[in-house]
Amino acid sequence: MDWLLDPLQFGFITRALIAAVLVGIVCSTLGTYVVLRGMAFFGDALAHTILPGVVIAFLLGWPLAVGALITGVLTALGIGVLTDQGELKEDTAIGIIFVGMFALGIALLSTSGNYTIDLAHFLFGNLLGVSTTDLWVMLGLGTAVLLTVYLFYKEFLLISFDPILAATLRLPASFYRYLLLVLIAVTIVTALQVVGIALALAMFITPAATASLLTRRLPSMMGIAAGIGAFSGIAGLYLSFYMNIASGAAVVLVATLIFLIVFTFAPGRGWVW
Amino acid sequence: MKQTLTYRGTSHKPDTPTLDMQEVSLAYASVNRKLAKRETAVNALEKITFQAEPGEQIAIIGPNGAGKSTLLKVAAGLFKPNSGSVKMFGYTPDRHICIAYVPQRSEIDWQFPVTVADVVMMGRTRQIGLLRRPGKRDREIVQASLERVQMGHLARKQIGELSGGQQQRVFIARALALEANLLLMDEPLAGLDGPSQEATLDILQSLRPDKVTVLLATHDLGVAAERFDRVMLLYKQIVALGPAAAVLTTANLAAAYGGYIPASKNGTAPYMATSG
Repeated sequence: MDWLLDPLQFGFITRALIAAVLVGIVCSTLGTYVVLRGMAFFGDALAHTILPGVVIAFLLGWPLAVGALITGVLTALGIGVLTDQGELKEDTAIGIIFVGMFALGIALLSTSGNYTIDLAHFLFGNLLGVSTTDLWVMLGLGTAVLLTVYLFYKEFLLISFDPILAATLRLPASFYRYLLLVLIAVTIVTALQVVGIALALAMFITPAATASLLTRRLPSMMGIAAGIGAFSGIAGLYLSFYMNIASGAAVVLVATLIFLIVFTFAPGRGWVW
Repeated sequence: MKQTLTYRGTSHKPDTPTLDMQEVSLAYASVNRKLAKRETAVNALEKITFQAEPGEQIAIIGPNGAGKSTLLKVAAGLFKPNSGSVKMFGYTPDRHICIAYVPQRSEIDWQFPVTVADVVMMGRTRQIGLLRRPGKRDREIVQASLERVQMGHLARKQIGELSGGQQQRVFIARALALEANLLLMDEPLAGLDGPSQEATLDILQSLRPDKVTVLLATHDLGVAAERFDRVMLLYKQIVALGPAAAVLTTANLAAAYGGYIPASKNGTAPYMATSG
């Protein structure tokens, strides 16, 4: 069992482990809605659009989460408004904002000295550099997200499954839609240090898609997704520690491997059966 | 007497029709964009005037593009007409939450991870209230609603595991759980085999004591004639509205369908068209 416990003597590993589990749970739970509502491209785009906010916070010495949160929420709302107008197709509107914001982030970052190293941290995460303060921020944001998902469970379910019923029940569907976008933005912020901008999408959709092959009920889909997300975080970190590979990539690879196994062997619905 | 859930203090005016449309016209541009995206063809309605009384069941027939779906969405308060007035129990439909709209089958994601009971429970969203979980009474109502459409034993099945006819019955059960006064069904019989169609129509018959007003869009003239109190023949305008025998005349059908008269689903001749 030493191989399990040895890494934990390092404080930064323990913090990384807590962060990975936390992010695995929060991303995967919210990810069920991303998968069910077909928002994968939106989620990926949103992750990229927070780069300028993160860079500005970084250059000004603020907590990264603050900058990320502001740009994340602003672009979530901005994309919502652009697509509400109906003049542009949704994926076009998202694409324009996504690449434009990402370019702004790169431009801002290129003004600083350690351009390539910093960019790599933002893009692919810096799991081993998680501080205690970072952990508290993640815990706070993650708890807020999970609590919101719990409190508005039946409303989110309704607007996702049957928007027309939501309309005839005169529910404020737009409010819930924007709330969901904001939740996704907040969750991306928590995932930033663990897997980074470029890999964040995987934590949303891979465990949730895996869970969708194993169950036909939303609550259990959320539970299974959260379990797979947490396990991927732990296993990925150990993989990273012993094989000396990038931690964010290792976490995503574990999640992807689990998906492939389930996709092949899922009882009754897998590729083999 | 059934308790009616009210919304924003809207009570139902006594002795008013369930639905009262006066000179309702709707042009393409005014259709709500978010919902319009899902329409393949959104049609204008011209000067639609009719009333539907509590408990009345009306079939709406007309060719593709006649505006059947649009009319149902206007009745549901989802589309606002450009001119004319729509009243439900004396108030505009968007002030009511006792309307059940059953969408076309293609508009639902049947792979969605919800059970039959979950879908029916969605009808209780307003009664349960914000930040609350379904209570014992809600679960009892859901189960009772499913029993009424003979679907109680399938409550725990995922919605996609059911046959098309069973899925329609789940949506009728949801209307019951919602305590709807107006049930709007957009081509619920399309794609169903004969026995499933019969079962769905029998359940609509069993709603009679509840005084639920039903508006059902269909392509099947035979069903419309045999099973409904009145038939509305629609082609942007109301071509004819009344008892089947008076509505389904050769002249009326030619006016709505432009010369082509559709056959009944079961292969028999169209409903006996009398001249005049």
